[in-house]
Amino acid sequence: MKWETVIGLEAHVELSTKTKIFCSCSTEFGGAPNTHCCPVCTGMPGTLPVLNKKVLEYAVRAGLALNCSINEYNRFDRKNYFYPDLPKAYQISQLYLPFAQNGFVDIKTKSGARRRIRIHEIHMEEDAGKLIHFAKDNSTCMDYNRCGIPLLEIVTEPDFRTAEEVTAFLGKIKSVFEYLGISDCKMEEGSMRADVNLSVRSEGASEFGTRTEMKNISSFRAIERAIAYEAKRQTEVIENGGTIIQETRRWDDVKCQSMSMRSKGNAQDYRYFPEPDIPPVVISKEEIQHYNDICPEFAGERAERFIREMKLSEEDAEIISASKNLADIFEETVKICEAPAEVRFWFMSGVLYYMNETNTDACDIKLKPEKFAEFINIVQSGKITRISGKQVFEKLLSCDDFDIMTFIKENQLEQVEDTGLVEETVRSVISANPKAVSQYKNGETKILGFFVGQVMKKLKGKADPAIVNKAVAEGLDRTNSNRENAK
Amino acid sequence: MQITKETVEYAANLSRIKLDESETEEMRSQISEIVEYMEILNQINTDDAGPPAHISDLKNVMREDEVSPSYDRSEILKNAPGKNEEYFIVPKAVEQG
Amino acid sequence: MTALETGAAIKSGKITAVSAAEQVLDAAEKGNEKINAYITVCREKALKRAAEVQKKIESGELTSPLAGVPFSVKDNICTKGIRTTCASKMLENFEPVYDATVIKKLEAAGGVVIGKLNMDEFAMGSTSETSYFGPVRNPRNLSRVPGGSSGGAAAAVAGKMAVAALGSDTGGSVRLPASYCGVTGFKPTYGIVSRFGLIAYASSFDQIGPVARDAADCAAIMDIISGKDIMDSTSLDTESPGYLASLTGEVKGMKIGIPRECFISSGLNSEVAEKVMAAAEVLKNAGAETEEISLPFLRYAVPAYYIIASAEASSNLSRYEGVKYGYRSENFSSLSELYSSSRSGGFGKEVKKRILLGTFVLSGGYYDRYYLKAQGVRAKIKKNFDEIFSRYDLILCPSAPDTAPESGRSLDDPLKMYLSDIFTVSANLAGLPAISFPCGNDSSGMPVGVQIIGKAMDDVKVLNAAHAYQKLTDFHKNFAEVK
Repeated sequence: MKWETVIGLEAHVELSTKTKIFCSCSTEFGGAPNTHCCPVCTGMPGTLPVLNKKVLEYAVRAGLALNCSINEYNRFDRKNYFYPDLPKAYQISQLYLPFAQNGFVDIKTKSGARRRIRIHEIHMEEDAGKLIHFAKDNSTCMDYNRCGIPLLEIVTEPDFRTAEEVTAFLGKIKSVFEYLGISDCKMEEGSMRADVNLSVRSEGASEFGTRTEMKNISSFRAIERAIAYEAKRQTEVIENGGTIIQETRRWDDVKCQSMSMRSKGNAQDYRYFPEPDIPPVVISKEEIQHYNDICPEFAGERAERFIREMKLSEEDAEIISASKNLADIFEETVKICEAPAEVRFWFMSGVLYYMNETNTDACDIKLKPEKFAEFINIVQSGKITRISGKQVFEKLLSCDDFDIMTFIKENQLEQVEDTGLVEETVRSVISANPKAVSQYKNGETKILGFFVGQVMKKLKGKADPAIVNKAVAEGLDRTNSNRENAK
Repeated sequence: MQITKETVEYAANLSRIKLDESETEEMRSQISEIVEYMEILNQINTDDAGPPAHISDLKNVMREDEVSPSYDRSEILKNAPGKNEEYFIVPKAVEQG
Repeated sequence: MTALETGAAIKSGKITAVSAAEQVLDAAEKGNEKINAYITVCREKALKRAAEVQKKIESGELTSPLAGVPFSVKDNICTKGIRTTCASKMLENFEPVYDATVIKKLEAAGGVVIGKLNMDEFAMGSTSETSYFGPVRNPRNLSRVPGGSSGGAAAAVAGKMAVAALGSDTGGSVRLPASYCGVTGFKPTYGIVSRFGLIAYASSFDQIGPVARDAADCAAIMDIISGKDIMDSTSLDTESPGYLASLTGEVKGMKIGIPRECFISSGLNSEVAEKVMAAAEVLKNAGAETEEISLPFLRYAVPAYYIIASAEASSNLSRYEGVKYGYRSENFSSLSELYSSSRSGGFGKEVKKRILLGTFVLSGGYYDRYYLKAQGVRAKIKKNFDEIFSRYDLILCPSAPDTAPESGRSLDDPLKMYLSDIFTVSANLAGLPAISFPCGNDSSGMPVGVQIIGKAMDDVKVLNAAHAYQKLTDFHKNFAEVK
């Protein structure tokens, strides 16, 4: 039998407001433990929540961007449960009246498939604290800095069929929220987290299977692994005649397996009720209109513009425009140096390579367009080759406070313009490789590349590849004719 | 409505309150009496009441997104029965959702 | 002396803030052996502060009519550096790191906090017998309860162990003890006084209010503690009417409704009925119009109140689990045991009962039947009041069905205790201002309280009616001598 995987998501996204949702403590990431705290966010007796205006604004803008209808009358509810990361023992959330409902996101997967993912609802809530477990003395330490960071929880319909779609969706959310400037959505820092609801069913079935919920998934790659694992596990259970238990499972990305946390049988009874400490929040039609009016250009439109105006390929345009930061750098740089093709080259080979190698998030690329453009001009003027340019560009990505020309000179990266030196090097390479020369003579013209490579290596990549190419070809031909003459 | 022992135990478990046998029975009988008395509310038709309104007529009470200095950590941790210099401490918590 | 008289005496230099504080501190410490009205008396802090305040009064920096006046504060209002226990073992050693907004305001006006008052544990009770620190006694008769939950506040004022006090009123917690002890207690409109720093019992009902010798003192205190607070989203953004300045003592033309249901309810002491009707007569003679009205929802008020209040309490009190502050049991081997041992060991019986009741009414399958139903009834009661206040200025009724009962009797019969709130909870359900003040004694010499309820934001009208009555009578001047 063929099995189909059905997935729904609950994505939590931290909003990048300056202060927490219900108090004026900073939301800055990475503070010393329990230093971004006050009586309100640590749940001290007698304290009360006061809603941050910016949270509502960001929430509404997110809801509109994800094509949701925005509810006019909103309330917060209390979700009651005991856990050490929750100092009040209730989380202020929205159950009965979430602010946004019935939206959708259109996605395109890596393999090019397009799908529409429906959004059931989005609600606002507060984040919980961070727990650090120590096996040594069997204790748990609590850091409440994260308590009260504003969160949006985006709940989708069970519309995903593959892990690829899930990561495409999260990528799209990340892109949209970065364009709105409301979140950086970094899974690695925990500012974007996803719980995966997954079930399997025989292909073509109309009923859903019993689902499990996986928590604690903290990277795009981990999501792919977790989905693959859980789909396989469920399929095997069913194929072996077992039944799936509706339960919450914890994903362990190190062991690469999901483990049961507790079954829904003794599910939490959260005893939701309307939060009496916060009066209702009413969002007017005028406000909604206003936020619609200031909705920025998103990745899709920008990519189209890049294709049209900068002659980028669809693929390149989509990759660059997915991140607002990258797209801004790209566009600004092109504006200054007017060389889109060359900028594209360094983006695709340099920036993306660097992000992959160093695991850097697109929004953390700090490349100054002025500097970048200066560099492009230097390459284009032939002062350095693309090969030695690589070294300069790497430096540029990690540090923007240096003089490019001084760096080039200090590291002797200028292009070799001395044609005599090039010819001399060609001669020495040819005479050192008689075997290759005879291969060339026998018609293996592809060996030409080998000579070019050797010459470039000797010249530390500093020669213009076109000149080297020409010199090698001429050199080899000369060898040929010399020998012929000798006969 | 008579409250059963199981109902009391369920509520006690949810609210993390430990009761022995006799306490459970005492709570059961007293809460039963109260709940029974509460049934008179069913005499009133509240179908037209709508979702629970807030006690006051206030709406949209919000503050600006401006940072105020946080408290000293020593104050945050001051009353904690289990702590070190940086953290609150409890016995190892088992993961839950 | 009343608070205003004390303030005037300090201003004129007849006494100093320090001597006023000393006198109250002495009385508090001496009287406490019998009355147990205080959990904490902070003599040194108070004297130091009184000296500072005295200087500022002399330099003209402090001009409030209550500058230098000693204040006593219910122990569920956070005072920075002074332990705030809620009369619970759970918070026996809890020292807040911040001041409640009302404390900040009080101190800014030159008030001197002299101690923290005993109460029912977490304000849950009508007798002030559920305190971890022992029951409060009624200074009128030590074998009687002082009422609750602000029993310490009413007993201290009645026993001259306090000049004036801040209490809190969730279902009658200021008015009931005021009635039982023969003092004046005012519950403002919900939202007029900031709740920031008031340790929550039931958030949609709780309101801080003054307990004092008369309505004028209450008004003077309201001038200090009321007003919008950005730390409390439910606090109202309205201009102060100038409470004290608005007291005219004039009730001519006021339309006062007297609900007949209050007088036909079973369990109403006939002496109480008689005294309350006499009080209405006094106001009528002063030019008010009194008329019988109907409050058909009265009998539903207590159950609706207990459902919603317990639900909110079960959530509000979840934060006490032995982790961030408060009592931690030593008897645990796991996190869940730490929670349950600490909560079981730290809370008293009445608190546990209300937590269980509140948990039950919110739990799966019962939410609609109890919580939502009660909210629906609450909305109806509010509407009923709106309708009445479209025709009447005020409602007058007893504060409680009976005078103070004997100690040790009510706790075993929860329903009876809950029913003592029958005349007070309605005002909390609808967020209305209400005052209780003495209008005579029963045959055993225990004071009877009369209650006046007004429309939301009509706090001045309510205070003024009580003030008018007190200008014409002397019941509020009868004080108990604690021997």
